[in-house]
Amino acid sequence: MQLVLEKRAERSNTIALVSPLIAIGLTIVTMSILFAILGKNPISALGVYFIDPLTDSYSLQEIAVKATPLVMIAIGLSLCYLANVWNIGAEGQFLVGAVAGSWLAVKTQGTDAGPWVMPAMLLLGAAGGALYALIPALCKVRFGASEILVSLMLVYVADLFLDYLVRGPWRDPAGFNFPTTAEFDPVATVPVLIEGGRLHLGAVITLLVVAAATVLLGRTIKGFEIRVVGAAPRAARFGGFNSNQLILLTFAISGALAGLAGIIEVAGPVGHLQPGISPGYGFTAIIVAFLGRLNPIGILIAGLFLALTFIGGEQAQIAMKIPLDVTKVFQGILLFYVLACDSLILYRFRLIFPSRKVSRGAA
Amino acid sequence: MLDPTPNGQRLGETPLLQTVGLTKRYGDFLANENIDIDIWPRQIHALLGENGAGKSTLVKTIYGLIQPSDGEMRWQGEKMVLSGPSEARARGIGMVFQHFSLFDNLTVAENVALGLDGKESFKDMSARLQQVSNAYGLPLDPRREVWQLSVGERQRIEIVRALMQNPKFLILDEPTAVLTPQEADQLFVVLDRLKAEGRAILYISHKLEEVKRLCDMATILRGGKKISTCNPQLETAASLARMMVGADIKEVRAAAGRQTTVPRLVVNDLSLEPDDPHGVRLEHISLELKGGEILGIAGVAGNGQDELFAALSGERLAQDPGTVVIDGHAAGHLSITQRRKLGAAFVPEERLGHGTAPRMKLSENALLTGHAASGMVRHGFVNTAATLSTVDRATEAFDVRKAKRDPEAASLSGGNLQKFIVGREILRSPAVLVVSQPTWGVDAGAAAVIRQALLDLAAGGAAVLVTSQDLDELAEITDRIAVMFHGRLSEPMVTADATREKLGLLMGGSSLAQKEAAHAASA
Amino acid sequence: MGLLEAIILSVLAASTPLLIAATGELVTERAGVLNLGVEGMMIVGAACGFGGAWLTGSTIIGALCGIVAGTLLSLIFAMMTLGLAVNQVATGLALTILGIGLSGLIGAGFVGEKITPAPHLYIPGLTDIPLVGRILFGEDAFVYFSLALVIGVWLFLYRTRTGLVLRAVGDNHVSAHALGYPVLRIRMFAVMFGGACAGLAGAYLPLAYTPFFIPGMTAGRGWIALALVVFSSWRPARLVVGAYLFGAVTILQLHAQGAGLGIPSQFMSALPYLATVIVLVLISRARTGGSTAPAALGTVFVPDR
Repeated sequence: MQLVLEKRAERSNTIALVSPLIAIGLTIVTMSILFAILGKNPISALGVYFIDPLTDSYSLQEIAVKATPLVMIAIGLSLCYLANVWNIGAEGQFLVGAVAGSWLAVKTQGTDAGPWVMPAMLLLGAAGGALYALIPALCKVRFGASEILVSLMLVYVADLFLDYLVRGPWRDPAGFNFPTTAEFDPVATVPVLIEGGRLHLGAVITLLVVAAATVLLGRTIKGFEIRVVGAAPRAARFGGFNSNQLILLTFAISGALAGLAGIIEVAGPVGHLQPGISPGYGFTAIIVAFLGRLNPIGILIAGLFLALTFIGGEQAQIAMKIPLDVTKVFQGILLFYVLACDSLILYRFRLIFPSRKVSRGAA
Repeated sequence: MLDPTPNGQRLGETPLLQTVGLTKRYGDFLANENIDIDIWPRQIHALLGENGAGKSTLVKTIYGLIQPSDGEMRWQGEKMVLSGPSEARARGIGMVFQHFSLFDNLTVAENVALGLDGKESFKDMSARLQQVSNAYGLPLDPRREVWQLSVGERQRIEIVRALMQNPKFLILDEPTAVLTPQEADQLFVVLDRLKAEGRAILYISHKLEEVKRLCDMATILRGGKKISTCNPQLETAASLARMMVGADIKEVRAAAGRQTTVPRLVVNDLSLEPDDPHGVRLEHISLELKGGEILGIAGVAGNGQDELFAALSGERLAQDPGTVVIDGHAAGHLSITQRRKLGAAFVPEERLGHGTAPRMKLSENALLTGHAASGMVRHGFVNTAATLSTVDRATEAFDVRKAKRDPEAASLSGGNLQKFIVGREILRSPAVLVVSQPTWGVDAGAAAVIRQALLDLAAGGAAVLVTSQDLDELAEITDRIAVMFHGRLSEPMVTADATREKLGLLMGGSSLAQKEAAHAASA
Repeated sequence: MGLLEAIILSVLAASTPLLIAATGELVTERAGVLNLGVEGMMIVGAACGFGGAWLTGSTIIGALCGIVAGTLLSLIFAMMTLGLAVNQVATGLALTILGIGLSGLIGAGFVGEKITPAPHLYIPGLTDIPLVGRILFGEDAFVYFSLALVIGVWLFLYRTRTGLVLRAVGDNHVSAHALGYPVLRIRMFAVMFGGACAGLAGAYLPLAYTPFFIPGMTAGRGWIALALVVFSSWRPARLVVGAYLFGAVTILQLHAQGAGLGIPSQFMSALPYLATVIVLVLISRARTGGSTAPAALGTVFVPDR
């Protein structure tokens, strides 16, 4: 008796709807086992992770704040992944965007610059991220080099570059030798939406990005081109779509969004440039993109969910001494289950019984 | 029902291979239903049927690649259950596939080794390979890598590989599909020799003249069932075709007295380097196609037809704009979208993956070629109603059978998908239609619909260029025929004057002048 | 010990984990599977390898723990990509993320602990030869093993029948299946071998390279190993060259930092990564018909029955 995988005639829509829920369910079960192994009560751990952050308004705002960069980056990544090109360097583009925007903040520090500074910083951040993303894209298009490896190598380069800047030329002289720039002037900061709260303009921008992506992918010819190039490249060529152009375009948009998320994060919640401004947003966004099934609304929900786990993870560390690495493990396992369940959309299992039927006589 | 015992066999002798009630089910679909077939040694037994009749499934079951759902096989009188191809080979069953199971980046010797069971050393095997290949007139150099070889040479590898196992029973799946008529003749010599050596041969084909010429017995399959077993020498091509195809197929009717108008597609001295190392260079191709006319291009696959299609469609651009002229506009440098705007339409050979995106809906596939010039896109936004309406119109005009209004392309059968693809192009009322292998792998009913559609389109004033490996099809619908060989196009001749012999020579690379000279010399 | 000798020894040490991991991935890719999870498998191998050695005091047990850890992780990858036909790129990334998280969890208890580093070979007389003595006869077992591994893989791929079948599977899985070869099973073993190598390479870092464990100590070596496979055009001989070249770049930039050239240390640290990018670009440009990737690399295979 054998269990065999076979292709479905047409994708199953029921599974498509249900699979993320199954994946989350399986992950929770696995995590419960993990908590038990670590000697923690699974029920209380799950409660601290998923329920508690939803109960007070501060945590809710934090979830939104954390989700903002995740969703913004993931939207950009989804465009690349739909086109079947793999931007793994979003983390680096995030950092370069942060650096590019911060340059203006540092330059205009202490001068009495007008309110044009913050919008200009955002633009610079997006441009910086876009240009940085074009490096792996051009390497792929012109030379055929793997965009996965090039974009990833550039993450390490960006990280080291940022480190150099905040320990060297941009270090705050009055900062007791800490590797950080001075606090940004108010004109160089992203405003909060509600006085005293943490939710800032970035959240609004992210929602606009989600809306724009929904329209782009669902209703425009460009969105169609992106999807076809990823799904059937030879058909895309037959349709007259230029895959090189689309690779450059999706990387540029993706880099711009990552860079924008970077400068917003620096000029918003953090307020200055320092190493480690990103707790791996660029990589977590990859999970968000897949969990959201490369669909803008899905990504919004997935981003909020993963932000929830980040906050929950921080609280669990304080309340139950659960190491932060558990959050990473959770995210990895969740991604595995999502991918596995998604496979059932296109394929199904069949049991094969050995066919040793008795022969019939000649007719 | 017992098969008629073939001449020369003593009564009571058991057949070499027998299938009894062999059935294969895929879900609800019966690929083979209750098939009884007898194979005798010293015989070439044909397995006839159209695309989709179940020939491949039956043969894969005999070779151990597929397990039957029901029924059994008997080898030399005893029940046989095969765990896989290696067991089949151990019994003495060899198979030459239609689609070669070769590894491009490995050498000839390595490829042959992979088809054998590895009991002898690589050195010994290589030596034996050279010996066997030379003995049967199929010479091979063990050290060459397969990607460098021609199609005919690749088939030699498959055949020699099978022969090296000294099979009692050899199965060949559509072996002449990729050969010129002259190469096919050489193959028949080898097969006759194998038959004389006492082996049994199962010869799968859908070419009736070939079967009549070569085979002693023929079993005809249709829709997964066995229709009959007969002696093809005693049948006519027509009677065999009727058994193969069954229901009456609407006869294709050419519009009487089609007028030709101005040249709508002109190719001027097109030469193009291939963009991949396995490709064929196009050399000085010229043709002129008027409105109302259908020009056919014959030729064995791999002689530049794909490259020519890419050059005409704009998937590859030419240096000189004047090499391709559509309705008077120089188009050699234009993209496929721009050519579509000029009124050209294209149907490529590969339905899934080239002509359509398999996992996308029909309406999206309509958008794929229609976005250029069919009112489906406004200011960058897609008009879904327009794409759906194209699907509906194509469905109605070309009788596309599907499970729902807008399914995924991959869920349609070959014939229905092809009708959709041809339909979506014809609905754009193109001035020029370039179509490649219009009815390859398509059931007879759909093929008739498609051929009629092409004729009607030409009757309406369009210029139609059809590339096909099926000489019968070209004979049926074209006004003129040219032949592609090694990237060159022969001078087109009027279809009525194009005999199979002339076409065969051109497909094999000789020019007609050479033949005439040979004739004169021998007179 | 002269400076040249010291440099060569450190290059050998730096290149060894790259060579081991890349050799494993080369076999995996030759079979047609792209496993991007090398970094994840390596880092878990590092944590488990250290843990094993610390708990038992034996380098060999540590190495075995690393191998087992890498193999188990690779099995998850195999189940997903071969059993469920999931996209290989996404799965490889998930494996890396999971691996980094797991290694942090497992290794949390080991930070700050020390173990005895792997013993080095010592042959009286031979090892004492100036300049070449320690290089040829004074290395730890991992270094010798890495070279034996590469030679073994070369022999396997080009001189055995199983190796031929594996290369065929990576070239054209449809043909291989048609000829009756168990494509998925062969790929699974190739993936597991790659996992074992990655795990061992990761374990080398805390067992021999620096005899303690730091979270994230692989620092991207897994990704560099992937780049090395591309650089080598999937041939073992070139892989050795690539690994040692890369190790040389890494070590030389460290020395250059120490030499006080006035270039910021971060730029020097970035050199290996920039070098990888440049190498990838140059190699991809120089591609001709002969040295292309295994034709079936990264494609999904679902056999029909």
